[in-house]
Amino acid sequence: MPAETGNNKKEVVIAIRQLKKSFNGRAVLNGVDIDICRGENLAVLGRSGTGKSVLIKIISGLLKPDSGTVKVFGKEVDKLNLPALQELRQKIGFSFQNSALYDSMSVRENLEFPLVRNRPKIKKKEVNDAVERVLTDVGLLKTIDQMPAELSGGQRKRIGIARTLILQPEIMLYDEPTAGLDPITSIEINNLINQVQHEYNTTSLIITHDLTCAKTTADTVTMLVEGKFLPTANFEKFFERQDESVRTFYDYNFINYK
Amino acid sequence: MERNTEQLKIVPAEKSIISKGVDDFFLGVYNVWKFIGRFFKEGFLPPFEIKEIVNQCYSVGFRSLPLISLTGFITGMVFTKQSRPSLASFGATSWLPSLISIAVIRALAPLVTALIVAGKVGSNMGAELGSMKVTEQIDAMEVSGTNPFKFLVSTRVMAITFMLPVLVIYSGLIGMMGSYLNVHSNEQTSFTAFFKTAFMPISFLDIISSVLKSTIFGFTIGITGCYQGYHAENGTQGVGKAANTAVVIAMILIFVEEMLIVQLVNVIR
Ligand SMILES: Nc1ncnc2c1ncn2[C@@H]1O[C@H](COP(=O)(O)OP(=O)(O)O)[C@@H](O)[C@H]1O
Ligand SMILES: [Mg+2]
Repeated sequence: MPAETGNNKKEVVIAIRQLKKSFNGRAVLNGVDIDICRGENLAVLGRSGTGKSVLIKIISGLLKPDSGTVKVFGKEVDKLNLPALQELRQKIGFSFQNSALYDSMSVRENLEFPLVRNRPKIKKKEVNDAVERVLTDVGLLKTIDQMPAELSGGQRKRIGIARTLILQPEIMLYDEPTAGLDPITSIEINNLINQVQHEYNTTSLIITHDLTCAKTTADTVTMLVEGKFLPTANFEKFFERQDESVRTFYDYNFINYK
Repeated sequence: MERNTEQLKIVPAEKSIISKGVDDFFLGVYNVWKFIGRFFKEGFLPPFEIKEIVNQCYSVGFRSLPLISLTGFITGMVFTKQSRPSLASFGATSWLPSLISIAVIRALAPLVTALIVAGKVGSNMGAELGSMKVTEQIDAMEVSGTNPFKFLVSTRVMAITFMLPVLVIYSGLIGMMGSYLNVHSNEQTSFTAFFKTAFMPISFLDIISSVLKSTIFGFTIGITGCYQGYHAENGTQGVGKAANTAVVIAMILIFVEEMLIVQLVNVIR
């Protein structure tokens, strides 16, 4: 279906149909279906090991699906040749669970890397300006000459997000943005995600098992259960559901806060 | 009850450890083969990562110099010292320089240098790429529009393939210096006399085969180190395993290759 330009229907930027993926004969994704519209922020909940990371790795072309289709901006990701895939990937920002900063490079070099690699002819000054702009956005200009090993977990997360922002992505994929962070830092990261959504007009897919994160950053929520998505809804509606998996997930999440 | 029947179903499907080991071995060989194929397919297509290759040459070559100097020097010196008594019993100590140069240039320098570099650089490649793999840095590179195989693997393999012959030549010269010092202090041979006799028996084929051999050793170390690192799994534990396996396999392969190449060169000679 071609993207609608009319006002009443929003453009679908990520369309997934009957996506299946198994590892060693064990089905991890077993028929995922979802449409994510431009500007939408979807949180995907789910227990560890249910295949959430596998899902976003398939969306960004790091893994290939066994069957089903994944279209990003109308292009089927696993059918693209490498140059086309690289071009598409520039529009997709990927925030990794462990930040994945390049250990051997300083913060500045980490941020420059995607820019100078994708635009070899870019001027030094433009690079510097871009680096300072994204660092200011994430509030860490002071760390510009530090090495990743010198940063705290929360700071690493921010730099990881800054590194994806430097290419001005239209889609952001966050893999457990608050995992392993203390509650206050988590809230700061949640705020940063919201800020990025506003400043960069991104569509985002936020994978998390942190309900505060889902609640503050997402418009719609779904959950990955046995390789499939439950129907999406907003946060309150979603947790009115009486399914066993949803209830358990909800209850256990708040044990931490009691 | 139900649980029992399920367990029974699984048992006959399990393979014996030996047949699984054999399967894994051939799967491993096939995967390494594919990895090498990818190196030749992608490494020589533009854009060339010249800057990164130079960086890697520096870190593989220059940073190994102190270690290579030390081991090369000691090898030459000790080998001279140990060979002297047997030659002295024929009154043939004047043959020492040529004996040593043949040994060092044909066998010792390539072999010792390759083993040292396998231990130092091969393990480093395994650990470095391994930790990049398990912390998703390689994935991050890929999604930000850089081909990580070209940027990380091709550059390292090329660098070590270029640099190992250079290190071997250097190590050979240092080894001969060690030998010279020992000969000079025992037989009072002059510098020019020593090197004149030392290089007399060395043929062009000796030099060429040593250089080619070192190129093959370098390629072996690079491919094994990068392959192990690039396929590391299971967190930090996997990084250690990658580094360790890289060294062990590279060393075994170096000995096997040495044996095959010696046979080949003897046929040509
Ligand atoms: N490259 C891989 N090879 C084999 N199994 C994998 C691979 N990636 C993920 N898996 C398996 O898929 C399942 C889902 O993993 P993942 O998506 O990381 O879970 P999570 O929902 O916690 O992010 C896990 O059981 C994991 O072992
Ligand atoms: Mg995960």
